[in-house]
Amino acid sequence: MDSLVEQIERGTLWQFPGGVHPPEQKSLSNQLPIARLPLPDKIVLPLKQHIGANGQLLVNKGDKILKGQPLTKPSANWSLPVHAPTSGKILDITSAPSSHPSALPELSIIIAPDGNDMWCDLTPVDDITQLTHKQLVDILHSAGIAGMGGAGFPTYIKADSHQPIEYLIVNGVECEPYITADDLLMQEHATEIVQGIEIMQQLLKPQRVLVGIEDNKPQAIAAMARACEHNSAILVRTIPTKYPSGGEKQLIRVLTSKEVPSSGIPADIGVLVQNVGTLFAVSEAVNKGKPLIERVVTVTGNTIDKPQNVWALIGSEIKHLLDSQGFTPVAEQRVIMGGPMMGFTLPTVRIPVIKTTNCILAPDNRELVEPGDEKACIRCSACADACPQTLLPQQLQWFAKSKDFEKLEEYNLFDCIECGACSYVCPSEIPLVQYYRVAKAEIREQKLDQIKAERAKERFEARKDRLEQEQQERQNRHKRGASRVTKPEKEKAKVADALERVKQKQGDKSAVQAAIARAKAKKAADGSLEPDNSEVAKERAKRKEQARSYKEQKQSTEGTPANTDDKKDAVAQAIARAKAKKAAKLAEESTPNIEPEQAQPSSENDDPRKAAVAAAIARAKAKKAAKAEENTSSIEPEQAQSSSENDDPRKAAVAAAIARAKAKKAAKAEENTSSIEPEQAQSSSENDDPRKAAVAAAIARAKAKKAAKLAEESTPNIEPEQAQSSSENDDPRKAAVAAAIARAKAKKAAKQVEENTSNVEPEQAQSSSENDDPRKAAVAAAIARAKAKKAAKQAEQNAQATNTNDDLAQPMSELKQIDNALAEQSDSEQLTPEQKRQAAIKAAVAKAKAKKQAKEQEGNDPS
Amino acid sequence: MKLTMASSPHNHNHKNVSKLMLTVAACCIPGIIVQCYFFGFGVIVQLLIALVTASLSEACMLKIRNRPIWPTLSDGSAWLTAVLLAISIPPLAPWWIIVIGTLFAIAMVKQLYGGLGFNLFNPAMAAYVLLLISFPVQMTSWTMPSELIAQPIGLIDTLSLIFLEANTAKQSLISAMVTVDGTTMATPLDTVKTAVSQNLTVTEAMSGKQFDELAGIGWAWVNIAYLVGGIFLLKAKVINWHIPLAMLGSLALCAAIGFIIAPGSQAGSVFHLLSGATMLGAFFIATDPVSASTTNHGRLIYGACIGLLVYLIRSFGGYPDAVAFAVLIMNMTVPLIDHYTQPRTYGHGATK
Repeated sequence: MDSLVEQIERGTLWQFPGGVHPPEQKSLSNQLPIARLPLPDKIVLPLKQHIGANGQLLVNKGDKILKGQPLTKPSANWSLPVHAPTSGKILDITSAPSSHPSALPELSIIIAPDGNDMWCDLTPVDDITQLTHKQLVDILHSAGIAGMGGAGFPTYIKADSHQPIEYLIVNGVECEPYITADDLLMQEHATEIVQGIEIMQQLLKPQRVLVGIEDNKPQAIAAMARACEHNSAILVRTIPTKYPSGGEKQLIRVLTSKEVPSSGIPADIGVLVQNVGTLFAVSEAVNKGKPLIERVVTVTGNTIDKPQNVWALIGSEIKHLLDSQGFTPVAEQRVIMGGPMMGFTLPTVRIPVIKTTNCILAPDNRELVEPGDEKACIRCSACADACPQTLLPQQLQWFAKSKDFEKLEEYNLFDCIECGACSYVCPSEIPLVQYYRVAKAEIREQKLDQIKAERAKERFEARKDRLEQEQQERQNRHKRGASRVTKPEKEKAKVADALERVKQKQGDKSAVQAAIARAKAKKAADGSLEPDNSEVAKERAKRKEQARSYKEQKQSTEGTPANTDDKKDAVAQAIARAKAKKAAKLAEESTPNIEPEQAQPSSENDDPRKAAVAAAIARAKAKKAAKAEENTSSIEPEQAQSSSENDDPRKAAVAAAIARAKAKKAAKAEENTSSIEPEQAQSSSENDDPRKAAVAAAIARAKAKKAAKLAEESTPNIEPEQAQSSSENDDPRKAAVAAAIARAKAKKAAKQVEENTSNVEPEQAQSSSENDDPRKAAVAAAIARAKAKKAAKQAEQNAQATNTNDDLAQPMSELKQIDNALAEQSDSEQLTPEQKRQAAIKAAVAKAKAKKQAKEQEGNDPS
Repeated sequence: MKLTMASSPHNHNHKNVSKLMLTVAACCIPGIIVQCYFFGFGVIVQLLIALVTASLSEACMLKIRNRPIWPTLSDGSAWLTAVLLAISIPPLAPWWIIVIGTLFAIAMVKQLYGGLGFNLFNPAMAAYVLLLISFPVQMTSWTMPSELIAQPIGLIDTLSLIFLEANTAKQSLISAMVTVDGTTMATPLDTVKTAVSQNLTVTEAMSGKQFDELAGIGWAWVNIAYLVGGIFLLKAKVINWHIPLAMLGSLALCAAIGFIIAPGSQAGSVFHLLSGATMLGAFFIATDPVSASTTNHGRLIYGACIGLLVYLIRSFGGYPDAVAFAVLIMNMTVPLIDHYTQPRTYGHGATK
C-alpha cells in the first residue's frame, strides 16, 4: 500500500458521499472576459466585511481620500482594515444595509468618487524572499485580505498558522452553479495566482500544494497547469463535477482522503485551504502593494442582458452592477448574492459588494422555479443520499420541527454545512436547510441563556453566603449588646413588656375591629390607602425621634423590634375573628388608644393597618383582588424606607388575594406575586413567611380558629423572649400556617409542619432553612387545593418567576446591601433621616429596575 | 423595486412526491399485463374498484381531518396503495373484498396514523393481512392460469363473478374452476406446502400440471415482469438497491441452505424467487419509503430480515406466502433499526 503522499502524487482522488448535480448554467457567464465597470456614483464601504471585529476609523466625514488609502486601522480580534476603492470625498459615516441575509445596518463609509481614481503611494515588494515571516503576514493584514470564497476569514490569521501545514489546498473548484468568477480569474490571471501560492508556500512551508479544479473548467485547468509548470510542489488536480465539492471539508476529502474533525479546523489535520481569489489578492498585495479594493463578481441570470464577470470595486452597489450589465426585472424578481444553492436573496439592490461577494444572480422565474408548498415527509431519505456530510437530514427535520434540541445535537446538526443538497432533492419540497438554520440559532441562543443562568446562579449563591455571614455577624453583635444590658434596664424592659401585653390586647381588638370595619366598606382597598400613608408619615417622624434619642443613649435597645409580634398576631387573629362580625364602632374608639402609648410607636401603628389590609383583601372578591394588589404595591415606594415589617401586610394581602382568586386567575396572580418579589428589597426569609402563612390562612377560609388559639398560646411565650427580635416573631405566623394546613386536607403536611413549628419556636429561627418548612407546607396545601391542571401551570410560572428572580439578583443584592448597611448602623430600626432618605431612593430605584426586568422577562418568555 | 425573498437553495431537482408515486405505479404495468395474460381481466376490474374506493376514502378522511383534499390526494400515494392491493388479491375475489381492503388501508392504516409519511405499516400489506385472516376462503381462491382452463373466463363472466359471485351459468367461483380440471385452485406455493405436509417430495409436488421447470405456470412470468418493473425503478432512482437486493439475496440464500439440507422437503432458490409475491414484494412493497428503514445499513438489515422471514413462514409457517407478514413484522422494527444504523457523520471518528 502506497503512502498517502505517494497516492496523492499519483493523482489519486477520493470521493465524498452524497452530492447533487444541479444544472450548471456556467456557460451563461464564462464566454466573455472579465469586464471593467465604470466608476460608480457612490461607494458604500461597510467597516466589517469578514469574520472578526471592525477596524478603528482613521478618517472623518468630509475628508478627501485617495484610492488604496486605509480608512480603518486594524486592532485586535481578527480585525481587518478597509481601503478606499477609489479617490474621492467621504460624504458620511453612517449605518447602511449590509450584505447579509438580514441586511441589518452596518456602520459604513459613504464615498463620493471624484472620478480621478488616483492611487495613493504604493509600496510593492521586489523580492519576497528578503521578507521575514512577520513582515509578510503584516502585509497581508494591512492589505485587508479576507477569504474571498466563503465566510471571509482573515487571511493573515491563516497565513500565520502555528500548526504545521502538510498540504496547502487551493480551491478553484467553484462548484456552485452559475458562478464563474474563479474560473475567469484562473483563465486570465493564473500567473498572479501562482505567485500568491508561492507567497503562501514561503509562509506555511507545506509539503505539497494541491490545486483542485472541477472538470467543467478545462481552460482554467490548462491555464493553471501552465502557470505552475516551474514549481513541482504544485499539483493541479481535476476533480469530478459534483456539488458541493468546493466545500472546504469535501475538497479536503477529495484531494487528501482526510476528514476535518467535527468542530475542528483543517489545520488540525495539517491542511490549509485558500481560495484562488484570495491568492490573487495576496499576490497583488505583496507584489504590487495594492490592498484588497476590488474583486471579480459574476453578474448572471436570465434577466441580465449581458451576463459576464466584472471587476467590481468593493463598496459598489449591486444596482450599479446590474445596471451596467443591463437588467430587465420580471415579476417577483429575486436577486441572489452568491449561487443558487447557498446564496441569499437581497431585500434591495442598494447593497454594496463586499470582499466575499462572488456572484450576483438575477434569475427569471423559469430557470429557478419558486419552491412549491411543503408536503409531508415520506421518509424516502433522498436527502440522506444527497448529504455530503453523511447526516440524516430527514431525522434532523423531525427533531427540528419538534424542537428536540438534544436529539438534534445527537444527530450532529452542527456538522451541517448548509449546502442545500438535501432541500434540492427533497420530493416533498421541505425547506430542510431553513429548519436547520433556525434550529441552530435556537440552540445557540439556548446555550447563551444557560450560561447566563449559571452566572446568575453563581451570583445568587455568593449573595446567599454573604447574607448568612452578615446575619451571623449581626447576631453576634446582638448577643454582645444583650449581655451589656444593665439591671435596671432589664427591669424597665420587663415593665415595658407588661405594658406591651396590655397594649397588645387592645391593639389586637382594635386591629380586628378596624379590619372588620374596613372590610365592610366595599372599596376597602382604596380606603386603606390613605390611613396607611399617614401612618407611615407618622412612623417616619417617630423614627427620627427615636434615632436621635438612640444616639444620645448609645445603647442597644432590643425591645423595639419586639413590637412586630403584635402585628403578626394581629394578622392571624384578624383573620380568625374576621368572621365574627363585630361592631365597627369599637374599632374607631380603640384606635386612638394606641396613639398615646408612644413608647414604642412604630410597629404598633402598623397593626390595624395591616390587619385591615389583610382582612379587607381576604374579604374582597377575586375580581377586586387584582386591584387591591395594584393599590397595595403602589404604596410601596413610600414605604421604602420603613423596615421589613411594612412589607408583610402587603405580602399577606397579595397572598390572600391570590388564594381567594379563582382558579383561572390564580395563575395570573401568581405571576404578579412573583414579579413583586424582587421588589421586596430586603426579602429576607422572615418576610416571605407571613405572606405564605397568609396564603395558608386564606386557604383555610380564614376560619382559622385554631390558628388564633395557637397564636394566642404562643404569643405569651414569645414576649419574655424578646431579646432578639426577628426570629421569635415567626411563631404566631407559623402557628397560623400549621393551623391552616391542618384545616387543609393535606393531613400529613400539617403534621410535619406542626412538628417543625414546635421545633422552631425555641430555636429562634433566624436561619432560612427552618422557615422553609411551614412555607413549603403552605404552598403544598395551596397547590393541593388547586386543580391539577392549573397547578401545573402555576408551577411552570413559578419556575419562570424563580428564573426571573435569579436574573434580578443584582438589584436585590444592592438593596440587601443597603439594608445591611442600615442594620449595621443601628442594630434596631433607628436610622438617621439622611440614611432613610437614601435608602428610600435606592430602594425605589431598585424596585423600578426590578419591575422593568421582571416585565421584560415576562415579555421574553414565549410560553 | 420590490424583490422576492426566499431561503436557499433556490433550485430544486423537480422531483416530487406525485411523480415518485406515479412512477412506482407505472412500473407495475408489466406485471399487471402478465397477470392479465395468465389470470384474466379480473385484476383490471379489481384495480378500478380499488382506485375508486381509495380516492373516495382518502377524500372523505381528508375532509374529516380538515386537510386540503386535492393537494393531498394528488400526491398519488392512495392510488399506489390501491394498485398494490389490487394486484395482490385473487383476481376473481368478490368486489367487497377489495373495497374492505382498500378502505382499511387508506382510512385506518394510513389516515388514522396521520396520513402519508406517518403510517407505521405498509397500508397495502396491512390490508392484505386483514383480508387474509378475515376471509381466508376468498383470499386463497386464486384463478388457475388460463392455459389450464379449457374455457377461459370471459369478461362478462369475470364481472359477474366479481360482482355477483357467480358466473353467467350461476356457478360459483369454485365450481366454475373445478369443472375444468381436477386440479385445485391453490397457488403453486400452496400446492407444494400441502404436498410436503402429506409427505410427498417437492419434486413430486412440482410434477403437477400447474408447474413448469422453474415454478408455477404463470407465476414465474408474473414475477419476472415485476422484476423488470423493479429494475426500472432502480434505474429511475426512485428506490435504492439495498432493500430488494438484501431481501432477494437472503431469501435465495435461505432457500439454498434449506435445499442443501433437505432437498426432499424444501424447494430451491429459484422456486422461491419466482413464486408468490417475491418480486412484487422486493421491489414494490418492501421499498415503501414511509414504512421502511431509512439508513442504508438499516435497509440492508431490513431487507435481509424480510427475506429470512418470508422463507421461514413459507417453509414452516401456516400460510403459503409470507411477504405481507414479513413486511409488517419488519415495519415494527424500523425505528430500532434506524436508531442503531446511523451512518458515521463526516469528521466523527474518522479512521485516517
